[in-house]
Amino acid sequence: MAQTPNKPQVRKRFRCDSIASVPQFTNSPTMIVMVGLPARGKTYISKKLTRYLNWIGVPTKVFNVGQYRRDAVRTYKNFEFFRPDNEEAMKIRKACARSALSDVGTYFMLEHGQAAVFDATNTTRERREIILSYAKDNGYKVFFIESICDDPEIIAENIKQVKLSSPDYIDCDKEEAVADFLKRIECYKVTYVPLDDDKDSHLSYIKIFNVGSRYLVNRVQDHIQSRIVYYLMNIHVTPRTIYLCRHGESELNLVGRIGGDSGLSPRGSQFAGALGKYIKSQSIPDLKVWTSHMKRTIQTAEALGVAYEQWKALNEIDAGVCEDLTYEEIQANYPEEFALRDQDKYRYRYPKGESYEDLVQRLEPVIMELERQENVLVVCHQAVMRCLLAYFLDKSAEELPYLKCPLHTVLKLTPVAYGCKVESVSLNIEAVNTHRDRPAGDEPPCTLLAPPSRHHSRAQPMASPVPTRAPRLQDLGVTSLSLQNVEVSREPEEALLTVPDHI
Amino acid sequence: MNSGEGCSEEIPLPSSPRELTQNPLKKIWIPCKNGLPEKHIFQRKVCMTNCPTLIVTVGLPARGKTYISKKLTRYLNWIGVPTKEFNVGQYRRECVKIYKSFEFFSPDNEEGLKIRKQCASAALNDVRQYLTDEGGQVAVFDATNTTRERRDTITRFAEQNGFKVFFVESVCEDPAVINENIVQVKLGSPDYTHCNTDEAVEDFMKRIKCYENSYQTLDEVLDRDLSYIKIIDVGRRYLVNRVQDHIQSRIVYYLMNIHITPRSIYLCRHGESDMNVKGRIGGDSGLSLRGKDFARRLGQFIQKQDISDLKVWTSQMKRTIQTAEGLNVPYEQWKALNEIDAGVCEEMMYEEIQDHHPLEFALRDQDKYRYRYPKGESYEDLVQRLEPVIMELERQENVLVICHQAVMRCLLAYFLDKSAEELPYLKCPLHTVLKLTPVAYGCKVESIFLNVDAVNTHRDRPENVEVSRMAEEALYTVPAHQ
Repeated sequence: MAQTPNKPQVRKRFRCDSIASVPQFTNSPTMIVMVGLPARGKTYISKKLTRYLNWIGVPTKVFNVGQYRRDAVRTYKNFEFFRPDNEEAMKIRKACARSALSDVGTYFMLEHGQAAVFDATNTTRERREIILSYAKDNGYKVFFIESICDDPEIIAENIKQVKLSSPDYIDCDKEEAVADFLKRIECYKVTYVPLDDDKDSHLSYIKIFNVGSRYLVNRVQDHIQSRIVYYLMNIHVTPRTIYLCRHGESELNLVGRIGGDSGLSPRGSQFAGALGKYIKSQSIPDLKVWTSHMKRTIQTAEALGVAYEQWKALNEIDAGVCEDLTYEEIQANYPEEFALRDQDKYRYRYPKGESYEDLVQRLEPVIMELERQENVLVVCHQAVMRCLLAYFLDKSAEELPYLKCPLHTVLKLTPVAYGCKVESVSLNIEAVNTHRDRPAGDEPPCTLLAPPSRHHSRAQPMASPVPTRAPRLQDLGVTSLSLQNVEVSREPEEALLTVPDHI
Repeated sequence: MNSGEGCSEEIPLPSSPRELTQNPLKKIWIPCKNGLPEKHIFQRKVCMTNCPTLIVTVGLPARGKTYISKKLTRYLNWIGVPTKEFNVGQYRRECVKIYKSFEFFSPDNEEGLKIRKQCASAALNDVRQYLTDEGGQVAVFDATNTTRERRDTITRFAEQNGFKVFFVESVCEDPAVINENIVQVKLGSPDYTHCNTDEAVEDFMKRIKCYENSYQTLDEVLDRDLSYIKIIDVGRRYLVNRVQDHIQSRIVYYLMNIHITPRSIYLCRHGESDMNVKGRIGGDSGLSLRGKDFARRLGQFIQKQDISDLKVWTSQMKRTIQTAEGLNVPYEQWKALNEIDAGVCEEMMYEEIQDHHPLEFALRDQDKYRYRYPKGESYEDLVQRLEPVIMELERQENVLVICHQAVMRCLLAYFLDKSAEELPYLKCPLHTVLKLTPVAYGCKVESIFLNVDAVNTHRDRPENVEVSRMAEEALYTVPAHQ
């Protein structure tokens, strides 16, 4: 059975729809289908891959069939539900899969999704045929990701990390839960048919063996599948910690100027020293330290007394004609630009400069290498740190430019279960505040930029509803009582409402 | 899976942080003592491993090993990883001046076996010298290496010398592919200069047979501790085992993106711009009248070429987009294809740069590849920026790239395997299309001038590059402009 769709959903490549930094490699949407026994890391991979794809600008969503099952069958009794001869349960499970598939269709057709991760065991050829059929009828590409693991230690660790706390086992004690889950796996083993290198040679897939020591890649069709394969081959599950912080307070920070390449202020140097002490106290084995090419991050790293690597890709966002200006000066000289930026801070590109969207593009190799590495300290800049943080904490394009990354604060990120634990460590050295808040209020009026949803919107997860009421001022940390005006026609005072204090 | 790259050397925590000085050529901040830069420049390079890497090809004759070796070497060098290939067949040809027939490769030809073993050893010796004494970071050992015994010898050699080993095996049983291979690269080999086609093909087939009986493919179980990629049927399928580090990961990614489907890549610059006419660099101006004329001619040229499914790429600068508009076909904009950022020198004429920044102007002439404009970029930065474009070009088939002078030089250097020294001086005149067609182990280039006059924007390296030179000496090679 051929995989090429017979009714290709060709999204016409518009003349110049790419306001983004890179072309949009979209023809048909792609269904990424997980395959594997329980506790093989399918959901871990699904969530991580989805996070990565969304971050690089490919609207992606996970459809976890287990979740549909939990919604259908309110209470989980035991593993018997998963017995292959349990007809009643089989009916329910099939219905859940179909419901999830239907939602995939909705996501693609109505919500501008480009990739959907179908997270379920999909261990029988029959189930996979249903999916392939559905995709073919609708013109979607299919890419399978099969996780194969027979190392009992890995499986046990897996169960401990994510199964024991699952809603299914909320009322069980640990031993009961483990015993039941192992029986559940046995239920699947009976009918498990892995992807076959001969029979399935026409399909596009990657098989991951033993958490990445080996991979089998078959028929990569296009750019996005190639990127997915590259990403999957670079991630690992070895425990490690990533430290993110900005350079110490700089001379330009002090006077409220953006960009430039100034050195550290006296307080900034103090921070660098404190950072060195903190890092030593953490006793991190084999820590890599990365900085940008800008003086202030390098000066900060110098105080640590360890080897560090400079990455040009970690340089602060290029503010183009606004480099070295204060916000007041930007308002005075480029009021329209200033307003446009507030309307869509993620996509807004400084004249002769960059946008946050460009930054993400630039930082992708950094993220890829961070995935490969283990313990790393990244000394960078405000906008850069926001982008990196958004990747690790799965923040949307709308939230990203407003993430709080204050000076003299280290964020310690530790992967745990399906996400990332964040600890914020302030090194107790005073510094100016460089955070300029998001303007409060409802949807900004018609922007001069392309509507976000067309390219890079993060689709709202089905579970969390879109807030319908206007957010309260206190929620947004807006100190003034009036709502910020983002219109080009606004008065200078209105524009400068949220500019933090400086000399 | 452990990365095991580099090491965190402990430098004693200084009582006061070291002073920083900015390298005037590359604009890199480095620590200095008494005003002099310290030795270590901790700059991110692709290959942060202390260990050099030995890439070993594996496979029967006519499976594309040399093609892969050369292409991979070209790519690694372009991204800044000093790489060299060592083709054992080449050593054999130097040793055994005249090739008689396939009999040389017969497994019971003891004399032949002895010579072949010697050649392999000689090549490994040169590998050692390259990686240990000559600053090489990657060596590609291109030979059949079809027996486990031979591979064990190589692995032992690598261990003794502290090199990492990564195997690249090419497996293919498709007779059509093998035949095409023989036609493309074997018939023209020095071994067969005195044979006619049929003789050559017949002999080569027998040569392959000599290897077949003793061929031990990389085995999932027996070789599970080795790091390798097995390429099956020219990329339909890959088996990747134990990627150890960053460079191996990049190599795998590259190998998984290349293909051998015949296609053409067209490179050209935007039409002549208003800035070009005034002799100014950078900026974001529109096309001059002649530039617009070129855009029209380019459209006609593309039509006549009748290229199937052509993709057109531009930068995000006005002049390339205006050029593409003249083609009346869909095109995609890449920010990565934007011209080199000349920083403080943007929109200046060379005369003005000499006037306002004579030191910078001289430094640039001293090392044009590594020189970074203040608040701008270097060619070296450009290559970094263009790597995803190259990767996508490898994936694609027929593409027309409308870009800029410095960008085009970088792309051309990749396809034509030009060094960092030559790259910034490659000739990429306006209104000229370069048609690149992969052939055998390299690239055929056709230069097509579309008959619309334009200014010359090529500035040759002047004789005097000293900071102390006179203005006239600096401006000697500046091309004429309004």
